[in-house]
Amino acid sequence: MIARLRRTMLFVPGNNPAMVKDAHIYGSDSIIFDLEDSVSPGEKDAARLLVRCSLEALDYGRTERVVRPNALDTPWAVADIQAMVAAGIDVVRLPKTETPGDIRQLEELVAEAERTSGRPAGSVRLMAALESPLAVINAYEIAKASPRMVAIALSAEDYVTCLKTTRSREGVELAEARGRIVIAAKAAGLMAIDTVFSDVADEEGFAREVALVKQMGFDGKSVINPNQIPVVHAAYLPRKEEVLKARRILQAAEEAEARGSGVTSLDGKMIDKPIVERARRVLELAGEA
Amino acid sequence: MMRKNLLRREIPEGMRPFEGAWSRDPGASRKLLSAGRPSKLLGSIEEAIRKSGLESGMTVSFHHHFREGDIVVNLVMEAVARLGLRDLTLASSSLTNVHAPLKDLCARGVIRRIYTSGLRGDLAEAVSRGLMDVPVVIHSHGGRARALLEGSLKPDVAFLGVPSCDRAGNARGWTGKSACGSLGYAMVDARVARSVVLLTDGLEEYPAVPASIGQDLVDWIVPVEAVGDPKRISAGATRMTRDPRELLIARRVVDAMEAAGVIREGFSFQTGSGGSSLAAVRFLRDRMLDLGVRASFALGGITSQTVKMHEEGLVGALFDVQSFDMEAGRSLGVNANHFEVDASFYANPGVRGSAVNLLDAVVLSALEVDTDFNVNVITGSDGVIRGASGGHCDTAAGSALTIVVAPLTRGRTASIVPSVDTIVTPGETVDLVVTDRGTAVNPRRPDLREALVKGGLALVDIEELAALAERITGRPDPVAHTDRIVGIVEYRDGTVIDVIRQIRE
Repeated sequence: MIARLRRTMLFVPGNNPAMVKDAHIYGSDSIIFDLEDSVSPGEKDAARLLVRCSLEALDYGRTERVVRPNALDTPWAVADIQAMVAAGIDVVRLPKTETPGDIRQLEELVAEAERTSGRPAGSVRLMAALESPLAVINAYEIAKASPRMVAIALSAEDYVTCLKTTRSREGVELAEARGRIVIAAKAAGLMAIDTVFSDVADEEGFAREVALVKQMGFDGKSVINPNQIPVVHAAYLPRKEEVLKARRILQAAEEAEARGSGVTSLDGKMIDKPIVERARRVLELAGEA
Repeated sequence: MMRKNLLRREIPEGMRPFEGAWSRDPGASRKLLSAGRPSKLLGSIEEAIRKSGLESGMTVSFHHHFREGDIVVNLVMEAVARLGLRDLTLASSSLTNVHAPLKDLCARGVIRRIYTSGLRGDLAEAVSRGLMDVPVVIHSHGGRARALLEGSLKPDVAFLGVPSCDRAGNARGWTGKSACGSLGYAMVDARVARSVVLLTDGLEEYPAVPASIGQDLVDWIVPVEAVGDPKRISAGATRMTRDPRELLIARRVVDAMEAAGVIREGFSFQTGSGGSSLAAVRFLRDRMLDLGVRASFALGGITSQTVKMHEEGLVGALFDVQSFDMEAGRSLGVNANHFEVDASFYANPGVRGSAVNLLDAVVLSALEVDTDFNVNVITGSDGVIRGASGGHCDTAAGSALTIVVAPLTRGRTASIVPSVDTIVTPGETVDLVVTDRGTAVNPRRPDLREALVKGGLALVDIEELAALAERITGRPDPVAHTDRIVGIVEYRDGTVIDVIRQIRE
């Protein structure tokens, strides 16, 4: 059973008060407050303070609050993680994760911050952004590196630079990484999150990419503009027939369970555990869970 | 008792006797094959001012169809000043940033009074700081049409810039190099002014018909180099926003319209200027296609978006008092069901039914809305005039569903406040306020609340919105005013709904 949806994770520059103050109004499943690439070195402290104060003072409703701190090898990482954990962040999404050791190092910092800030141990969850060929090869180990892990995400810009290529409309350069990340995530019982689509004016190209990654098995996508959110949610919204069928499957499964049977059939087809799980996910995406 | 007229016919005493075919028309003369027709064309604005009989203390009127590209008002008023006229009343359907040079003419006493729908830029700043001895009168578009037709506002001379006219004065706005589309505001002035002077940069062969202003209304015509700057006539007025906040509000507007049941076969709508209300048209179109319904008419400032819907059959007729962009102007010239309407037909509360009264829904922007749903579209949070009344209160009163849109905060300023600085539109005419942080129904509309709740819409109280805004912005110091009144805000029926006081420095 999936705990929550992460169809859309909206990046918000941590140094932009107008966007930070109410980033949840666009209805994304998660907000990623960015302290890393969208914040210039001179503004790192100001951004950290702004996001911290906002997390403490403002109500983001049911939206998951994620932070992208600066990478572990920068001088800002420790202060970022301490401040965000203390301010009540839900998830830390580590950029430039290369090895399981990075996640274990992050986990120690987070655990320490939980202790010093008085938060329950284990309350902060982790995500990893994979931005290099090495990270993609290590995807499964990274996903399994901590019980706090909830998802791994592809971050394509650095990745294609490492490959010495560029991003294309068709995305052939990302196919292998996407496939590996989905498989690694699912093998580890985590979510797989796809990379951002930078050309915010290209609605058609964006919709095409969303359809592709959804079909590949991604649970959601990082987005950089709120206008992209309805497109993703629409793509993940099950069709009416799917919802009706899912309801019937769950009903049949419940009746079977009441009879003490693990397997049943509907319309002459066997209903087993994976089919029931898929039906549950359909209803979750339809907002009925 | 009988007497004889010029033709020696006996007519009763007390009736006016015939004295010759042209005796009462001093401009005309006996027919001669060699004689030309009397010409309305004049060589200069100064000559037109003299011929029109304009004197100090009189009222001159203008229109604002060229918006930020207007050249006519400044050109004429400077000529008026050169001729030494003073103490004039300037009655323009609106004034914009481009009219900053009028500031000096006000200071010099050439202009004594101003009637306008809006004021912006340097002139507005100066007025807010006490430029005028007599307060400026802010009227709505419908209110101005009422005042003109009932005679409470009497232009002695209307100086009307037109993009195209012939030598007899048949004028229109959708052709010519300075095309602005509809001349809906100017059409009323042409009907009531004692003398009508057209200025044009597009003189055409006679007859230039169909015409918006007919030759029967026109006294004089002055060809000028330019009446408007085409680049600024529609600049930015209808750019399609990509601002996520405005798009979010626009989507919510259409959700509310659907839940309220107004998006049905044969409905009507108007959207004001401003990012969210213009964007709502795009989402409305998609929703109409989903629901398979068509609108009977769209009213008001017509945009390329509404033209597109008209041309694809989604909107039956366009009633155009003001074309917001060149595409609307083009359509006015070619689409048989794209009708130019004047400001009285559009919104006059004093006639037997204006078009605003037939609206099912209108979407309007706001600078401020208060917890009693009163709307301010004229003064900023600093008390300085920076807006226009426009058709705001006219459409709000006429439409069955009036939706006002605003972001909860703009920078450090709250848009939803306990009490607006200046009331332009009274809260009793506003039904719904849609913000990026929630939608509030006017408690005066329990029927609407019921429909929206039934439609699954999440609603908040407007007090909650005001409180949320204050939590973000803090409570600002009240705007500091002196007691001196610099502006009078007329409601559409001519009553005074509020006054604007001079800001304290």
